[in-house]
Amino acid sequence: MTNWKYTTEGDVAIITWDMGDRSMNVMTADVIRELDAHVDTVLADDSLKGAVITSAKADMGGGVDLGMLAEIKAQAASSGGHVGEALFGFVWALHSLYRKIEVGGADPKTKKGGKVFAAATPGTALGGVFELLLACHRRFAAENPKAKLGLPETLVGLFPGAGGTTRLVRMLGVMGAADYLLQGKLVNPKKAKAGMLIDEVVPQDDLVAKAVEWVKGSAESDAVKAWDAKGYKIPGGAPYTPQGFQTFLGAIAMTHGKTAGVYPQTNAMLSAVYEGALVDMDTALRIEARWFTSVLMDPRSSAMIRSLFVNKQAIEKGARRPDMPDQKVKSVGIIGAGMMGAGIAFVSARAGIDVVLVDRDQAAADKGRASVEELLDQGVKRKKVTEDQKAEILARVTATADYAGMSGCDLIVEAVFEDPKIKATVTEATEAVIPEDAIFATNTSTLPITGLAKASKRPEQFIGIHFFSPVHKMNLVEIIKGEQTGDIAVAKALDFVRQIKKTPIVVNDARFFYANRCIIPYLNEAMIMVSEGVKPALIENAAKQLGMPVAPLQLTDETSLELGHRIMSATKAQMGDAYVGTGADDVITKLYEGEGRAGRKNGKGFYDYDEKGKRQNLWPDLGTHFPIADEQPELDEVKNRLVLAQVLEAIRAKEENVLVDIREGDVGAILGWGFAPWSGGPLSWVDLTGPSEVVAICDALTAKYGPRFTAPDLLKDIAAKGETFYGRFQPKQAAA
Amino acid sequence: MTEAYIFDSVRTPRGKGKKDGSLHEVTSLSCASTVLNALRDRNDLDTREIEDVILGCVTPVGEQGGEIARTAVLQSGYDESVPGLHINRFCASGMEAVNLAANQVKGGAGDLYVAGGVEMMSRVPMGSDGFAIAVDPIPAMKSYFVPQGISADIIATKYGFSRDDCDAFAVESQKRAAAAWEAKRFANSIVPVKDMNDVMILDHDEYMRPGTDMQSLGGLKASFQAMGEQMPGFDAVALLKYPELEKVNHVNHAGNSSGIVDGAAALLIGSKEAGERLGLKPRARIKHTAKIGTDPTIMLTGPVPVTEKVLRETGMSISDFDLFEVNEAFASVVLRFMQAFNADHAKLNPNGGAIAMGHPLGATGAMIIGTALDELERTGGGTALCTLCIASGMGASTVIERV
Repeated sequence: MTNWKYTTEGDVAIITWDMGDRSMNVMTADVIRELDAHVDTVLADDSLKGAVITSAKADMGGGVDLGMLAEIKAQAASSGGHVGEALFGFVWALHSLYRKIEVGGADPKTKKGGKVFAAATPGTALGGVFELLLACHRRFAAENPKAKLGLPETLVGLFPGAGGTTRLVRMLGVMGAADYLLQGKLVNPKKAKAGMLIDEVVPQDDLVAKAVEWVKGSAESDAVKAWDAKGYKIPGGAPYTPQGFQTFLGAIAMTHGKTAGVYPQTNAMLSAVYEGALVDMDTALRIEARWFTSVLMDPRSSAMIRSLFVNKQAIEKGARRPDMPDQKVKSVGIIGAGMMGAGIAFVSARAGIDVVLVDRDQAAADKGRASVEELLDQGVKRKKVTEDQKAEILARVTATADYAGMSGCDLIVEAVFEDPKIKATVTEATEAVIPEDAIFATNTSTLPITGLAKASKRPEQFIGIHFFSPVHKMNLVEIIKGEQTGDIAVAKALDFVRQIKKTPIVVNDARFFYANRCIIPYLNEAMIMVSEGVKPALIENAAKQLGMPVAPLQLTDETSLELGHRIMSATKAQMGDAYVGTGADDVITKLYEGEGRAGRKNGKGFYDYDEKGKRQNLWPDLGTHFPIADEQPELDEVKNRLVLAQVLEAIRAKEENVLVDIREGDVGAILGWGFAPWSGGPLSWVDLTGPSEVVAICDALTAKYGPRFTAPDLLKDIAAKGETFYGRFQPKQAAA
Repeated sequence: MTEAYIFDSVRTPRGKGKKDGSLHEVTSLSCASTVLNALRDRNDLDTREIEDVILGCVTPVGEQGGEIARTAVLQSGYDESVPGLHINRFCASGMEAVNLAANQVKGGAGDLYVAGGVEMMSRVPMGSDGFAIAVDPIPAMKSYFVPQGISADIIATKYGFSRDDCDAFAVESQKRAAAAWEAKRFANSIVPVKDMNDVMILDHDEYMRPGTDMQSLGGLKASFQAMGEQMPGFDAVALLKYPELEKVNHVNHAGNSSGIVDGAAALLIGSKEAGERLGLKPRARIKHTAKIGTDPTIMLTGPVPVTEKVLRETGMSISDFDLFEVNEAFASVVLRFMQAFNADHAKLNPNGGAIAMGHPLGATGAMIIGTALDELERTGGGTALCTLCIASGMGASTVIERV
């Protein structure tokens, strides 16, 4: 027994979790087995009134070990066993332990003679660990504003399947539990108490003592949960009560409408909630365990866990980092105090990095600093930032028009206008004043890095960093290696991204890098369809059904048709005769040049907007310029065109070695532009759909719409050999 | 093959389906017994001759539960040897009872049936029997479930019916119903509801608003806009099923959709031989029956495919019908029927419909067959098509031919 420590204090047992080999406790098979044995000891010991379950670490624990779940699945599969049975067996064992704690040995009929269990969490308790807390009779949390409590499972492809779904609904009702279950909302102890997730918040030093005190003073009835007592009714009503009917009706429709029904874990959770609400607690838990097992069996869920949890973490922990000493940034010089520059300044200062914000005159630089202050004020208003923190963060930002101000900076992020000449001038002026070993990063979304590096006298210290807008909200950062970019620059950029708590992908230099390379064809495909007379509503709704968070014409309005026009013109100029025009060019030209419709920024694009900038309806005259065709394509074809426009570019990026690691291709696509998260990313999407099936779709679309849908050789090869992208490219040590 | 004939048809007046409705004080069984006894008394019937009493009822809980048909048989004083069968096909239950009886007769399983339906919506609220398709995530998501009003609005959007189109249809329904009552066109079928002392409770359809005009309807708010566009947002679900639509145009409201009312209806159906044996005169032949399933999201378009099925199976064309009775669940449902078949409004619901007089769910299907029969007799017409849209995406139809 190495994961738990068992002690007693009078008639109270104290079971303390402290895994020797990990910094954060997680539920593993051993942990569960040992806890089970300790609980049995408590229940068998007549001298004990109950127990306190706590942790010796700063936090209670991070959840269930997802790697273990994958292992159970793999073992059962390789042994030829029944995978569903093996997984259900594991899930049910955890359920049984938690239920044993909850019943506390009370007589099933009289409900008498039960022992109480109190949970005492010093800090964070998430997922399967928070579900352990929910099974206990009273929950104590230490005063620890940094602690996070809740059930984030649904965000990574799962749902709370260790009793958490059933217990939370019985505690709070469907409406009360909705945010925690459907949004994976996490709260600090104070808010958890207000939300009735936690019973008491106590000083850190008194945590265990208070819990012990409660156990000593508890009554027999404290060991009986409300739902195990007579006359219990679910708050807000079960499905077939007048109030409950409306709640379930609304909850399902709202979820269905918002998710398009593409998330297996959400659907399964809703079924567990509905079916569980119709039966007693023990039956409800069994139902929840069955639905949870069904999610574990669903390849979409595995793909989500792989990208959104395992690989995202691996990337954030430096999977692609060259082996180099720590390159943490102390002082960053940011050139260009516009929206991007100010956003980068904000996230840097917030991470404790000193910022020198430079623009061509003091007023422009000050304006950038004022934008930082504005973002901080928003935080203050939402009570995420205190006035003291605001002052401290803002004090780190120095605004100046003098390049010499950057003489102490170890990293430069240049974020001036996207014009190679201006960028070259800035590069030269900056390198004249910064330390010789400083790294120079250029923030660009379209200009090749190798070309920009020509202006640098230290091209090995020159790198591209592509932030997404708005910087403070978008979590992906694309790091681009130019031909001569050295490892030290990559390490520096990665360490910087880690400091500002974003997720990096490292790609090689090519037109539009990775993200824009995939996004632009997606937006273009939608516009090509407009030019063909496909109903714009069908295009937009098809994208939503794919699980894209923002439909393509709407996204074009958001990023602006002006930008689209600029990219089109620049690409035409650069490619010359090699440029292949499409219907998208006609649409952009007509709307932007012909009608002055720039998108949301001027209140008119594919959509009309009201004075407040709220999106109204599709522009009614769109059909005048691009008449609606009598024959409309099948929904599936529209979906395939929109998804393949992105997926094929991701594959080509891999083929051309722009994308080095497919994990980055998938994680980057979800974080960067919201590529159908349910699929785990574009390459996972191919694996889920089946590479041969994808080749067949490509062939059909190529015949109808031309070579932009031709299956890349890499895809054809993988399909021909019966392989998958993850089968071929997933680094072995990180298999999930 | 044996033919099935309608010998008689009766219905109660329709009471407002609220606490202040005249029939609110009458039990479902009393109302059902009223029509059963009327058939017996009007036809001087030895009830031992009846093979079965089939009653439609959509909300079979509480007093409408526990197999209401058998209880109604016992309460009405029919011979105890007559069994009872309760059936439910939502809004077409009353029609399905008639069709089932007719097809039993045609197949030789008994030669005399009572078929009809009852629904006391003021006493047993719609939906109180549970409705899993709305709240169980599996069927709800599989069927892209939205409430009927949203479905009616999808029909209006998809097939291009404006708010004015729907309101104009409603105004006409009110006008026709008022004129029909004025001319006593329902007199032959109406059985007044009286108390145990033979004191009158209700002798006319009380839901009607004869003065309804475009202006008065114009003031009503679209009933399903808020639930469609805001909470919980059913339109988003509708657009998943109908992605070619940009948005749902909400046009239906209380004034252009069917009224919630109380009432019952029953028909006496049997073979020619049974009629001869018992001295009953056939009034019409049940020429054809049909039912069909259709998309559950738009839900209420069933009258179109079920009529297409009737045309296919009978070899008839739409011009062969002298009369159409299409249940006015929502104005857009009937407008869609007229649009699909280019049907003449003059021949469709000439005496108004459920928008004016109300829609007692389990009974309406039987009522409209009776109404069609009276109208054919009045006008000397030959053949009528009766049809209803049905919840969860179904359609039902009965074709009757005067003899």
